Amino acid sequence: MLVLWTDALIYLLVLASLLLAWYLNSQPHMRRPLQKIAENPVATASFTLLLCFVLIGLADSIHFKDSQNNGNEAISVLDVACHAMRDHTEKTYSAPFAAHAYAKETIVLADGTAHWDYPRLQYGGAHLADPERELTADVLNKTLGGFSKGAGLMLMILLLAWADKRERHQRFIRSASGKATWIVLFIVVSLTYTLFSLSQYYHVLGTDKVGEDVLYQSLKSIRTGLVIGSLTTLVMLPLAIVFGIMAGFFKGWIDDVIQFVYTTLNSIPGVLLIAASILMVQVYMTNHPDDFNNLLVRADMRLLFLCLILGVTSWTGLCRLLRAETLKLREMEYVQAAHALGVKPAMILFRHILPNVMHIVLISVVLDFSSLVLAEAVLSYINIGVDPTTHSWGNMINGARLEMAREPVVWWSLTAAFVSMFALVLAANLFADSVRDAFDPRRTERG
Amino acid sequence: MFTYITRRLLYAIPLLIAVNILTFVLFFVVNSPDDMARMQLGQKHVTEQAVQNWKRQHGYDLPLLWNDAEEGGKHLTETVFFQKSVHLFLFDFGISDSGRNIGTDIRQRMWPSLALALPSLLVGLLVNITLALLMVLFRNSYLELAGSVACVGLMSVSSLFYIIGGQFFIGKLLKLVPISGYDSGFAAIKFLVLPVIISVVAGIGAGVRWYRALFLEEVEKDYVRTARAKGLSETQVLFKHVLKNAMIPILTGVVVVLPLLFMGSLIMESFFSIPGLGSYTIDAINRQDFAIVRSMVFLGSVLYIVGLLLTDISYTLVDPRVRLS
Repeated sequence: MLVLWTDALIYLLVLASLLLAWYLNSQPHMRRPLQKIAENPVATASFTLLLCFVLIGLADSIHFKDSQNNGNEAISVLDVACHAMRDHTEKTYSAPFAAHAYAKETIVLADGTAHWDYPRLQYGGAHLADPERELTADVLNKTLGGFSKGAGLMLMILLLAWADKRERHQRFIRSASGKATWIVLFIVVSLTYTLFSLSQYYHVLGTDKVGEDVLYQSLKSIRTGLVIGSLTTLVMLPLAIVFGIMAGFFKGWIDDVIQFVYTTLNSIPGVLLIAASILMVQVYMTNHPDDFNNLLVRADMRLLFLCLILGVTSWTGLCRLLRAETLKLREMEYVQAAHALGVKPAMILFRHILPNVMHIVLISVVLDFSSLVLAEAVLSYINIGVDPTTHSWGNMINGARLEMAREPVVWWSLTAAFVSMFALVLAANLFADSVRDAFDPRRTERG
Repeated sequence: MFTYITRRLLYAIPLLIAVNILTFVLFFVVNSPDDMARMQLGQKHVTEQAVQNWKRQHGYDLPLLWNDAEEGGKHLTETVFFQKSVHLFLFDFGISDSGRNIGTDIRQRMWPSLALALPSLLVGLLVNITLALLMVLFRNSYLELAGSVACVGLMSVSSLFYIIGGQFFIGKLLKLVPISGYDSGFAAIKFLVLPVIISVVAGIGAGVRWYRALFLEEVEKDYVRTARAKGLSETQVLFKHVLKNAMIPILTGVVVVLPLLFMGSLIMESFFSIPGLGSYTIDAINRQDFAIVRSMVFLGSVLYIVGLLLTDISYTLVDPRVRLS
């Protein structure tokens, strides 16, 4: 077992969100918005999809030393699950479901004669004797087989759930949101089954320049996206909450200092700040090679630092919102009453102000998530994002950018990055919208 | 009003000093003047003498932040930080580490940046407001639902895909406009069409949602109900009353970004190889040219502060209820 820095923080984050969920559920005034989210089919469907992404990300966050490779390389549970995709590397590009390479080369036949043709791939469709004739039928056959297995499994679970006669569960299954959840689960499970069974024999999404399976790359990228989207909030939240509430509550010189700090940070173009910090980390790592001997540890450190610096540049927006809200809250009657009764300021902050700004924090966290995932791609494009060896959507796009100019076009890397990124960000956006609708008091009043 | 503006301008000075110290520390933690000299001289085996010469030439031969060798106030003034910052505050950007005049470069590259950013902003504003008004006009119908779904969909696509897709379909397949490049004068238009279209399309999702929320908030106010009670039609209400009142937040939102238009857009310019300030900055980051990056940060902060000030002033101009104090 090998725990990287980001792994440890992810475990911490999972623990924290479980605690938060438990806390929210125990508060009566928080239960109503939660109920509203649960009744919204779009919200539950997108939440289910997000959970599936999180599961993949978590599976990719449990690392251990690989016993086959002299124990030098760290691999994750996801790597073990996808070992076929990981091991089946070709020489260079190949199209999805191809049995032949993308480019022609000289092939030496058994009798010594050489000719110019598309060579067979080492792994993709290697079990076929005559790919031209058998390929389509075989692909269809295997797709159907994988799909029916996955669908069968899901149908069984559905039947079991349906047979559960407890009143609460029955009500959930019959409601629109319950149906949406089951539909999403059904699609995800049977799709995963299909893809996995196909990827034993083919490169479902083709291979990239160095012959790595693109499906494997996009699965590995999920963790990077999630880490950037979630760990950044872990950095941002304490800064924003502490400074925002303090500025609004104490006013005076504390307010002035905090406003000065965030105006300063805001007025520096964020990209430049990130660039400078990333350069700093790289210089630090080249000066201390002993601490960062492992490639994975180096990449992990850079990822962690990117989250840190993104957090530092993005806390100002939430801080300003919280300051404004606290300024309003401190004039409310119940806060004045607490003052008059002699309650200490620290206690007022903790018991009266903090719970009443929590909805703003929650809304901005879910809203920020998708924009952070998108920001990673842009930053990686200008080489100040994650380490080039880390699997991420930004690096996939960056690598595939010039391939559109090739003839025939190498479209699969970009498409894979596009689809997986779109699915994650869309789910996050839809979920964020419903969270905002449920928790924003102005919207609930309107009905 | 006058005292307010002077006070705000005075307040900008400590802000700019703080910004300067921050960027200075950040970059000099990364590489010492010795490293910078070696990198700019570009050879593997540079003599110590050459490094010293380069440092003297570019004014890096003093201590960074605190000079122990000097007396009194010269502790602070005889340092790299002070010497380099004073010129920045006078908008004299000096010579870049690779030997070019930064001020001239900026004056030259400002115009392509503006030629891209200004049309993108104006066209984007027009398109977003029109679409948002249409969505409000057809609210609570399937048309609005379809519009909202489309907006969320458009928002969820990374801007990189808009650029790559646009270059591929419009530039490469249809061959309507050149894929990238730039030209002087009016010949530049054919190079600018595609980036402007792409940045407008990329902004539709978030923009339309934002304006729609703005209009919806306005639509529920009392004066709108009065206008309807007078017997005005829904289009008259929307265009005469709602749009006019919603112009306040829209205008002030535009004013704050106006100065920053000069800085250009990093991604667009480098993708379409437009010689503006955005690509200038990116090149400087990649070459680790400290002098350029520092000037750009300074310029960016000044423009940001100007934007904030302009916003406050424009509030008082369009909304008489707001008083500056």
